[in-house]
Amino acid sequence: MSPTRRTLIRTALTAGAAVPLLSACVTGGSDDDDPAAGNTGAKSADNPLGVKADAPLEVVIFKGGYGDDYAKHAETLYTQKYAGAKIDHKGLQKVGVALQPRFVANTPPDVVDNTGADRLDIAVLVGAKQVSDLTTLLDAPAFDDPSKKLRDTLLPGVVDDGTFDKVPRTLNFTYTVWGLWYSKKLFAAKGWAYPKTWDDMLALCATIKAAGVAPWTYQGKYPEYINDPLLSMAAKTGGLELVKAVDNLEPNAWKAPGLVSAAEAFAELAAKGYIMAGSEALSHTEAQAAWCQGKAAFIPCGSWLESEQKGVTPDGFDMVMGPVPSRTASDQLKQTAVQAASSESFLVPAKAKNPAGGMEYLRILFSKQSAKAFAQSAGTLPAVAGATDGLTLSSGLSSVRDAVQTAGPETFTYRFRTWYAPLAKAVDDATGELVNKRITAAQWSDRIQKAADGIAKDSSVQKYTR
Amino acid sequence: MRYGRWRFLAGALIPALVLHVVFVLSPYAQAFYLSLTDWTGVAGEAHFVGADNYRRLAGDSLFVDAVRNNALLLVVVPLVTIAIGLFLASMLHLGGRGGRRAVAGSGAYQIIYFFPQLLSLVVVAVLWGFVYNPNTGLLNGALRALGLGGMAASWLASPSLALPAVMAVLVWSSVGFYVVLFSAAIDGIPVELFEAAVLDGAGGWATFRNVTLPLVRDTVQVAFVYLGIAALDAFAVVQVMTVGPGGPDGATEVIGLSLYRNAFQYGKFGYASAMGVALFFATLTLAVFALRGGRRSTVEVS
Repeated sequence: MSPTRRTLIRTALTAGAAVPLLSACVTGGSDDDDPAAGNTGAKSADNPLGVKADAPLEVVIFKGGYGDDYAKHAETLYTQKYAGAKIDHKGLQKVGVALQPRFVANTPPDVVDNTGADRLDIAVLVGAKQVSDLTTLLDAPAFDDPSKKLRDTLLPGVVDDGTFDKVPRTLNFTYTVWGLWYSKKLFAAKGWAYPKTWDDMLALCATIKAAGVAPWTYQGKYPEYINDPLLSMAAKTGGLELVKAVDNLEPNAWKAPGLVSAAEAFAELAAKGYIMAGSEALSHTEAQAAWCQGKAAFIPCGSWLESEQKGVTPDGFDMVMGPVPSRTASDQLKQTAVQAASSESFLVPAKAKNPAGGMEYLRILFSKQSAKAFAQSAGTLPAVAGATDGLTLSSGLSSVRDAVQTAGPETFTYRFRTWYAPLAKAVDDATGELVNKRITAAQWSDRIQKAADGIAKDSSVQKYTR
Repeated sequence: MRYGRWRFLAGALIPALVLHVVFVLSPYAQAFYLSLTDWTGVAGEAHFVGADNYRRLAGDSLFVDAVRNNALLLVVVPLVTIAIGLFLASMLHLGGRGGRRAVAGSGAYQIIYFFPQLLSLVVVAVLWGFVYNPNTGLLNGALRALGLGGMAASWLASPSLALPAVMAVLVWSSVGFYVVLFSAAIDGIPVELFEAAVLDGAGGWATFRNVTLPLVRDTVQVAFVYLGIAALDAFAVVQVMTVGPGGPDGATEVIGLSLYRNAFQYGKFGYASAMGVALFFATLTLAVFALRGGRRSTVEVS
């Protein structure tokens, strides 16, 4: 039979259809028993995690705003201690893209800084049993203070932030505090005092508006920015009980009086015209630039704002962060309480070849000396307590440090953003509508409650509690 | 000899076929399979969940928004783009004196119309993001300068304006290409036909309606398929330009964006694959209908 066009096409199609069934599938990764076999050493006082001195170590770092020199600094300390170890350092921007196939193939690196817009969803990673338990690391003595356990050298909440189902899985290196930012210089020049209660805030906003300045702006393109002060205010009113109820997806958690009344407060802010016109369409850079130009008095943001605005901020602007004002006189938490959470999540993959080395690397990175070097170069608070002692800090960073010190044990954070990303999206969308006067506070709480109930009911979503 | 010919054909075809199978067909087949699982994208295992992912699609309000927006894009973007493209192309050819000559400088116009095509879609989206800025943007600035400050709006942040604003960008960025495409098609029409029409006393509209349009029908049809596929996508512009992205409150959500978010932010690759498979069938149906629908009445020019 000689090949005609028809038979040729038919043959080709049959071959084409059969091959995919035979070819390797993305979900066909082999399951090695113990990739770490042979890569552990004897434990001792000096080597509490049992690192094998000459085992190679692969470190993947998110190379974003903070660079990756701080990580290389810790690598140098590692090789000083374990002279035979060869360190393979990778500083990446797209951590998720690079690592996803390696997790699937069960050949991940030994320590990963899972950070940046392109990070892997940590709840999913934990749910897929891809992340090691860090309890031994937290209970190991601190690198430069062996009298203390590592867990006792961290700022409040850091261990909790990385805990999933009561097991510590990630260790977060930076400490972020959220609040309202303003220019100390502008406020001093105008005689404005930072308000401690919401009533004072509204009164001050009237004064600011009369002076021809927009009282507030926010990063409208990403409504999560204006969520933070709203949820902080609610947490102060309802206390940690409210925060836990929200995170645990309890029925009617979003209908708590604290949340509804905080939503009413922000609806009022919008209704009175205290938010700069056009804010709702501005990106974070545009809104923050307008604020730095003095077009608006307050902007909500996390403590990264100062370093992000480097080069945009005029000299002598003196930006400082204040804690969100109290809504009521009977709030559960003091006005000085702050929303604070650690980020820049480091983890040791469960299938790492050298997990002991990965944890030892983290023990070195989370030492006071490494953290101090980081604070100096990055201008950001590290998660290690006392890392900024004795350093001269910029106005913004010192206001953040003071806020943490004044708050003492009264720091709080919501976990639902990490645990249930789709719920975070629903909250962002609702808050965007609320501060643009398209829905009321009651509708806001109704629709978020509906989204939260949907996730609580969804058996395909792994649940966490705190 | 006969076998030799098979061997030669096999030698020529197999390398290409293998590449195609490994890098095109096999991922497709895997996406179909993954859409029936709960694969997270970060583990080497997935559980079979049957049609569960497809059942969820209907109850996912953002996905429903996305389908609605893509449907609107599908109706508006190809029609408007083709209408403007045909108008400009026929004007370039026949807008001159006497209704059968090109306007002066038509070559220069074609080059200018084609410019947006040279920019990456992401760059286009970023630039238009600046244009739409409510306070410092070109659009509101121009409106205010013209004394039409009342029409200035928060284009990308108003639920009713955001999707039309996105559509305008899609039309703007693609119309130049179709002007050039339709120009080439009109160039292929024998000039005697236009002359005959003019002699018969046909006006500009009648010439367009009875001569130009029937003779460029095939090209328009291809343009419709291409633009339809682009309208079912629209991911890049929405992702870069809109509030949220996909907002405000789902006003500019598209299927591609929902798919991306579910896969890469929520780690729901199985569910995202189901969206991809649904989109695949929508695109396929569109292409089949568009090509079938235009099959009738081909005009032969001898």
